[in-house]
Amino acid sequence: MLRVFLWSGGMEYFIELFFSGLTRGSIYALIALGYTMVYGIIGLINFAHGEIYMIGAFTSYIIATVLSIYGFPVLAIVVLAGFAAAIWSSAYGFTIEKLAYRPLRHAPRLSPLISAIGMSIFLQNYVLLAQTSDFLAFPELIPDFDFMEPVAHIVGTTDLVIILTTAAAMFGLTLLIKFTRIGKAMRATSQDRTMAMLVGINVDRVISMTFIIGSALAAIGGILIASHIGQINFYIGFIAGIKAFTAAVLGGIGSIPGAVLGGFVLGLTESFATGYVSSDYEDVFAFGLLVLILLFKPSGLLGRADIQKV
Amino acid sequence: MSTPILQVKNLGMRFGGIKALDDLDLDVNSGEIVALIGPNGAGKTTFFNCVTGIYNPTQGDVVLTPPGTPAIRLNGLKPNQVAEKGMARTFQNIRLFQKMTVLENVMIGRHCRTNSFILGAILRNTATRQEEQETIHKSYKILQKMGLEKHANDLASNLSYGAQRRLEIGRALATEPFLLLLDEPAAGMNPQETQELIKLINLLQREGQSILLIEHDMKLVMELSHRIFVMDYGRRIAMGTPEEIRNNPVVIKAYLGESADA
Repeated sequence: MLRVFLWSGGMEYFIELFFSGLTRGSIYALIALGYTMVYGIIGLINFAHGEIYMIGAFTSYIIATVLSIYGFPVLAIVVLAGFAAAIWSSAYGFTIEKLAYRPLRHAPRLSPLISAIGMSIFLQNYVLLAQTSDFLAFPELIPDFDFMEPVAHIVGTTDLVIILTTAAAMFGLTLLIKFTRIGKAMRATSQDRTMAMLVGINVDRVISMTFIIGSALAAIGGILIASHIGQINFYIGFIAGIKAFTAAVLGGIGSIPGAVLGGFVLGLTESFATGYVSSDYEDVFAFGLLVLILLFKPSGLLGRADIQKV
Repeated sequence: MSTPILQVKNLGMRFGGIKALDDLDLDVNSGEIVALIGPNGAGKTTFFNCVTGIYNPTQGDVVLTPPGTPAIRLNGLKPNQVAEKGMARTFQNIRLFQKMTVLENVMIGRHCRTNSFILGAILRNTATRQEEQETIHKSYKILQKMGLEKHANDLASNLSYGAQRRLEIGRALATEPFLLLLDEPAAGMNPQETQELIKLINLLQREGQSILLIEHDMKLVMELSHRIFVMDYGRRIAMGTPEEIRNNPVVIKAYLGESADA
C-alpha cells in the first residue's frame, strides 16, 4: 500500500517533494530556533517572533529594491539586504524585549505571554499602516545557477541556497553556543538564572543577546523565503510564526537540536501531504502529526521532561 | 589582619510582617575566617541572600571594602554586580550547572573577569584567543587546587557528592573573590569528605583568602574559625572566638533550649 502510494509519481517526484520539504523545513527551523532559545532562557513563548521574521522580509525588500535601482550586482544585493534585514530585525527583537518583556520579568507567566500577543498584533498593524496591505512582489534575488540546470526540475537553485544557508547558520549557532564565552553564559542562564547571576553573569545582557541572535536568524529566514515565494505582506509572520512555533514544540521546546529536527519533520510532512494527497490537507497533516507526537511524547521529540529543581 | 573588608550594620530584612533579620551587625577582616552559626531558621541564609544581592535588605548597610580601593555600599546591587565587586558564594544545596562539564563550570566563573563578546567570537582575533587560553589555563589551575583536574571533561552531574561541593567552591573562586561566602559547605558530607574540606579551606586561608561561612558542623567551625557570630531569630546573640562561644551560656541556651527547672 505504502509502496504504491510512494511510487505514484515515481522516484523523481519523491525526491522533488523531499527537497521542497527540506526547504520549508529549513525556514521553519530558522524561525523555530528563536522561539526555542527565548523559551529556554526566560520560559516565554515570544509570539511576536513571527513578526520579526516579517519585518526582516520587508527590510530586505526595501533594501533590495533601492540597491537594484542603483544597479548593484545581484550577489551584493543579496548579502547587503541580508545583513540589513538581520541587523534591523535584531534591533526590533532587542527593543521588544526591553519594552514589553523585561518590565514583566517577575510578573506571573501569563502577563508576558499576553504582552507578546499584544506586540505581535501591534507590529502587524504597524507594518500594515506604515507599508501597505497589498502583496508586494519580492524581487527574485537568487539567480539560477548554470550548474543546477540538469537537476533544476527536481531541486531549484533557491531551494539549494535556502538549505545550505540554513545549515551554515545552524552550524555557526552551534559553535557559538558550545564554545564561546557568551554561549556558555547563555547555557548557564538557561539552567539556573539566579546562580548565573551569582557567578557574575549579567543576565539581562544574555537575554538581550538571545533575542538579538534569534531575531537575526528569523530575518535570514524572512529574506530567503520571500525570494523563494516571490511575494510578501504584513500577515506572513503570523502563519510562519505559528508553523515555526509548532516545529519548536514538536521537537521539544527549549531544545536547539529539537527545533531544527521539528522544523524538518514539519516541512517534510507538509510537503509529502501536499504532493501525495492534496495541498488542502497540508495543515491537517502537519497539526495532526503535532497532536500525535504530543500524545505519545508530551515533551516533544528531543525535549526533556521538566526536572524538578530541589 | 584588622582592616574590615565586609561591614554589615543594622541589617534588617522584612517579609511582610515577619522580621527575618533584625538589626544585625557583622564584619569580616582581611584574611580572616569567620563563621556564622545559629539554629535552623535563625536567618543565616537570608543574611547571605541580603549580602549577595538576591534580596534587597529593607534596612541597614552592607559595605564592602576591597583591598586598596574605597568602600562600596552593596545595598540594591544585582547579584552579578556583587560578584564583580569581589564577593562570591556557594549554596546550601548544590547548584552546579549540571549539564555543563566540570571545566566549563569553572570557566563560567571567569565570565565577569573577561570581556570578549560576540564580534570577537566571530572574528577570532588575537585578543579573544588569548583571553580564551587564559580562561582555560586559570580554570584548570583551580581544578588542580580542588583535586578535580582528572574530571575536567566530565559532566558536573557525574561527580561524586563531595567532588560536586568542591567544584562549587572552585567555581566561586574563579570569579576572583576577595571574600568567599560558603553556605553550609560540609552539609551531607561524610567525616572523610569533611576532613578534606577542612584541609581545603585551610589551604585557601593560608593563601590569604578571606572566608565567611555558615556551618552546622561544630568540629569544622571550631577548628577553622578565627571568630564566630551566633544568630537566633534574626538577631545576633553572641560574637567571639571559638573558645568564648563554646562557653557562652546564651549560645548554649539557643541551641539546647532552657530546661524547665533551671
